[in-house]
Amino acid sequence: MTNNGGAKPKALSLSSLSTSGFADKVFQKLTAFFAFLILFLAVLTAFTLWQASAPTIQKMGWSFLTSTDWDPIQGIFGSVPFVYGTILSSFLALLIATPFGLGISLFLTELAPMKFRDPVAFLVEILAAIPSVVYGLWGIFLLAPFMRVHVDPLLIKAGGTLVGLLTGITLIFLSSAVLGRFIKGIYGMVLSVVIGLIGGIWVGMMKMPFFQGPSTGLSLFTAGVILSIMILPTITAISREVFEAVPNSYRESAKALGATSWETILLAVVKPSRVGLLGAIMLALGRALGETMAVTMVIGNTPQVSANLLAPAHSMASVIANEFSEATSDLHVSALAEIGFLLMVITLVLNIVAHLLVWATATKFQK
Amino acid sequence: MIMDYQTRRRWLDRSMVFLCGAAAFIAMIPLVSLLIYVLMQGFHRLDWTFFTHLPTPVGVDGGGMGNAILGTLTLMVIASCVGLPIGILAGIYLSEFGKKNKFAWTVRFTSDVLSGVPSIVTGIVAYTLVVKPMHNFSAIAGGIALGFMMIPIVTRTTEELVKMVPHSIREASWALGVPQWKTILSIVIRTAKNGILTGVLLSVARIAGETAPLLFTAFNNQFWPKGINEPTASLTVQVFTYAISPFKDWQDEAWTGALVLLILVLTINLTAKMFFKNPRSLLR
Repeated sequence: MTNNGGAKPKALSLSSLSTSGFADKVFQKLTAFFAFLILFLAVLTAFTLWQASAPTIQKMGWSFLTSTDWDPIQGIFGSVPFVYGTILSSFLALLIATPFGLGISLFLTELAPMKFRDPVAFLVEILAAIPSVVYGLWGIFLLAPFMRVHVDPLLIKAGGTLVGLLTGITLIFLSSAVLGRFIKGIYGMVLSVVIGLIGGIWVGMMKMPFFQGPSTGLSLFTAGVILSIMILPTITAISREVFEAVPNSYRESAKALGATSWETILLAVVKPSRVGLLGAIMLALGRALGETMAVTMVIGNTPQVSANLLAPAHSMASVIANEFSEATSDLHVSALAEIGFLLMVITLVLNIVAHLLVWATATKFQK
Repeated sequence: MIMDYQTRRRWLDRSMVFLCGAAAFIAMIPLVSLLIYVLMQGFHRLDWTFFTHLPTPVGVDGGGMGNAILGTLTLMVIASCVGLPIGILAGIYLSEFGKKNKFAWTVRFTSDVLSGVPSIVTGIVAYTLVVKPMHNFSAIAGGIALGFMMIPIVTRTTEELVKMVPHSIREASWALGVPQWKTILSIVIRTAKNGILTGVLLSVARIAGETAPLLFTAFNNQFWPKGINEPTASLTVQVFTYAISPFKDWQDEAWTGALVLLILVLTINLTAKMFFKNPRSLLR
């Protein structure tokens, strides 16, 4: 430091250039290291779970994936009831939440008067911010009793009719879409109504095991309903993003051709963004699969595989939440860790595909 | 055809528009019911003792969740210490150095995917890595689990907001001979400060409401915490424990706990959203 005192101005500028180059490199490497930590975290997560579940993998082997028995005392562990509960409750949730979520986001992006858009979007965002344990509390004391008293008896009595009705309506739409191409005029319409009626009545008359009483309100069905409320904001937010990415010129072209609002939505908004919508639905499914607290509180926590949606069930996340801290043996802990591992694998695959889909549509319109 | 074509189109249009509006309306029902019910059930037990007192045994009046509220705040601080440095610096890397390289793409994708990992799975990871070697449940373990969850959220929001800083500001700084690292730290970050703060607040609000990963990391405790190395109560776990208990007075307290939790989470969230309303205004 002392020997360059004489040539200070020049040395300073030169050295500051060179040290700044060095400092820049250090800074870049430092931030890159923290970015690398994220990759490390992902690998660590997977590896830790694999390690933790190794004892069960060794003892149970593949039967862990195929067995329906879950008996911690005997040391027998099968994951089927939990996988069944998780997947069925999540699909129920999607079935309910998708039409609502898409309806809301279409309403918000295309139809609603400007002054409604922000407040409604704001309320949906609040729905997303509510902690899941609060949903669970509401589920135990409000939703479950409501289901037990009002919804479940109705489903037990009229579940078959309801499914029949839905089948009938679907059949009428499907057959009129197909037959409309071949048979013009009123005959196609009449024929499709007849097909719908026959199909609906046939399905409605079948003895179906889906809705059987008596119900306690704590059931797979209630879990599906509460999940649908919780994933609604996800579907709404992402599909809204996807819809907003559609260029306005699409809408204007459709309108200029004389399309009604609904036709514009179908042709110019939904059709070009359907891949992104699939991504939105899959991300919501990912959320539903991993949701723990609210489900644990309303699903009834009984490890069984039953086609009866009104029976109590169990899910992967809820069995971990219930049993992990009071697991009776090391093998039990390891079995729960393996369920966690399975859950992670399922959500990872879903998330990877979903993100690729959403990215694909988001970039499509940028080109 | 039963109706003529034009009428049918008009009716289809009207009914679908109506259905979309109805969907928005119906979705509000559970939200309104939940908010009103939490307020109604939770409000009458809400007083000062709820914030300052320990939980009481069943049948004893009074008592609060003072330790749980303190525990939640402790956990939030620990989680922030774990999650914020990694998240913010990784976000800076992605926006400043990772425009078009494979490594950055992989990190971005991994962090998106990580944010989809169920929180209960993160709980198992923290249990295996921290609780098991330390042989006891602790606030540290809970905080680490929550911190892991914060990382992907903070990373992506930081990236988005730092990216929004106009390039001309950087160029102006370079033109003055300021080295890149200094430009980033004292010009770019300072410009995006409020935005980054918003992202941080949102991620904190998100983990404040988490229960699942705490069940077997921080566990629960009926007393005031003596340190961060022992089981720690949290508002969420306490609400859960009381909610599934068969006792009426505990269930009542669960509602009050839920009300406090809701106020906490929504306040943080709304503060952040207020900032976020116009992202452009965040710069400066």
